[in-house]
Amino acid sequence: MNQMNNFTKGFFKENPIFVLLLGMCPTLGVTSSAINGLGMGLATTFVLVMANIVVSMVKNIIPEKVRIPSFIVIIAAFVTVVELLMQAYLPALFKSLGLFIPLIVVNCIVLGRAEAFASKNDVLSSAVDGASMGLGFSLALTMLGTIREFLGSGMMFGIKIFPEDYGMLLFVLAPGAFIALGYLIALINRIRKV
Amino acid sequence: MEYILIIISAVFVHNIVLSQFLGICPFLGVSKRISTAVGMTGAVTFVLVLATIVTYLIQKNILDPFNIGYLQTISFILVIASLVQLVEIILKKVSPSLYQALGVFLPLITTNCAILGVAILTIQKDFNLMESVVFAIANALGFGLALVLFAGLREHLELIEIPKGLKGTPIALIVAGILAMAFMGFSGLV
Amino acid sequence: MVLTLFAVTLISATVLGFVHSLTKDAIEASKLKAQNEAIKSILPEFDSLGESWKAAPTEGGDSLTFFPAYDASKNLVGVAVKTYSKNGFSGLIELMVGFKPDGEISGYQVLEHKETPGLGSKAQAWFSNETKPKQNIIGKNPETTDMHVSKDGGQVDAITASTITSRAFLEAVRRAYDTYKNNLPAAEEEPAVSSEPESEGGES
Repeated sequence: MNQMNNFTKGFFKENPIFVLLLGMCPTLGVTSSAINGLGMGLATTFVLVMANIVVSMVKNIIPEKVRIPSFIVIIAAFVTVVELLMQAYLPALFKSLGLFIPLIVVNCIVLGRAEAFASKNDVLSSAVDGASMGLGFSLALTMLGTIREFLGSGMMFGIKIFPEDYGMLLFVLAPGAFIALGYLIALINRIRKV
Repeated sequence: MEYILIIISAVFVHNIVLSQFLGICPFLGVSKRISTAVGMTGAVTFVLVLATIVTYLIQKNILDPFNIGYLQTISFILVIASLVQLVEIILKKVSPSLYQALGVFLPLITTNCAILGVAILTIQKDFNLMESVVFAIANALGFGLALVLFAGLREHLELIEIPKGLKGTPIALIVAGILAMAFMGFSGLV
Repeated sequence: MVLTLFAVTLISATVLGFVHSLTKDAIEASKLKAQNEAIKSILPEFDSLGESWKAAPTEGGDSLTFFPAYDASKNLVGVAVKTYSKNGFSGLIELMVGFKPDGEISGYQVLEHKETPGLGSKAQAWFSNETKPKQNIIGKNPETTDMHVSKDGGQVDAITASTITSRAFLEAVRRAYDTYKNNLPAAEEEPAVSSEPESEGGES
């Protein structure tokens, strides 16, 4: 398998959010700022890579019938590791991501990649696949976060671009998440088809 | 009174889909027809209430006394996954007609973050058992309300001419955004 | 089959227990650090923090937490009060308010809120704006300044277009002050503290 292709697919061709439409809850829930989006993306990437590695290592010793529950347990373990580490060393980010950290467990991307890719491929390919999907996810989240933060509060990564009073607060709130993502996907669709 | 507040808050003000962003996958996935939306709501209500009760008991009787709160995520998701399987098996045996109505939706529910989300929120909000049950039912109702409203809108959307790039998911998301805006009007009710 | 699943769960739980024991202290430390930073930012300069205590507000409800601060010669320089209001636009608002021994507000910090995003930082700037005396509460004493929004007959201007949040904010401040006033004796159990709540002296 060509590792380079394997690595680049997650960014555009099979981007988990823009193309596969997986993992929508954190995508909409935490992207009120670019930093939050990036933090969530990297946390998910860590879980994806680690879970993919472990799943592809143990794929032969796990019986068919308990495959999915075992995968879920492995994923949940790594999610908790991220949760504990973040609480200890990045408390501010932990607070703003809140509930969505434990919910990485039910992010369809993670279980989806474990089941569709890691359970059929070797350790290296699985690790690369996890990194590719995770970084593609991070990219999409950071993009959406940047757009919402810019339109909503006039900032980019916390740096003031124009005064907050002129921002459209709506984009930081729930409706703005849906609308911004809708137009972003439309834009990507347009680029992909041309 | 307390219960009424919990219900209004969960259904309208902090709607689980439109303001908490939980359960977006089924919200976008099974909202093309009103009938499937109703079926999904039934299945979610069923599992959500059961899962909330069971996870509540686990938290209070196992995790809290032994001080192993860090096993919350792993134990909750295991419970939810096995619960869904169990419900599927029992339903198949006991009520084939109900199974036929809800069956197809059940496997989708394990990875519905609304279930795990509500289970964790219940613990965070420090509810007692009765409040937790009310909270779970209210959230299921909120989920159903959003889903059915959205399905109704989407049935009409299919008939309208829109730019090619916006077709499908993008326009669905934008409509969901407008729906969320409408729900913002409820804020301040509680 | 069941055995494998059991083994997977057991190994995962063991690993988590290990990680938990590694991060436990760091988590505690970071929580404590955040709290201390909040206290530091709202009180006049102090040397050491005394033992914190809890007291319930007179009208009932959840207890408030008090953090007394002393200078090098063990004089009370101020008390930070962790207070709350449940009447925000979307529920709970948590504040830390600092009082000098005479009851003057030395500072405040919004700890947690579920209001519209951005309102927390807005409240942080609004009520401490020194150029607008009608909305500034720093340096004022709740004994002499009516801590209600001017719309309700008080002496503090509400945040533009956020009256409910402002009401809740001031309610939390009043709750902190009233409880502080009623529970001051507990502070004086500490060594060599001389100040009365209403007296002028105390801080240096």
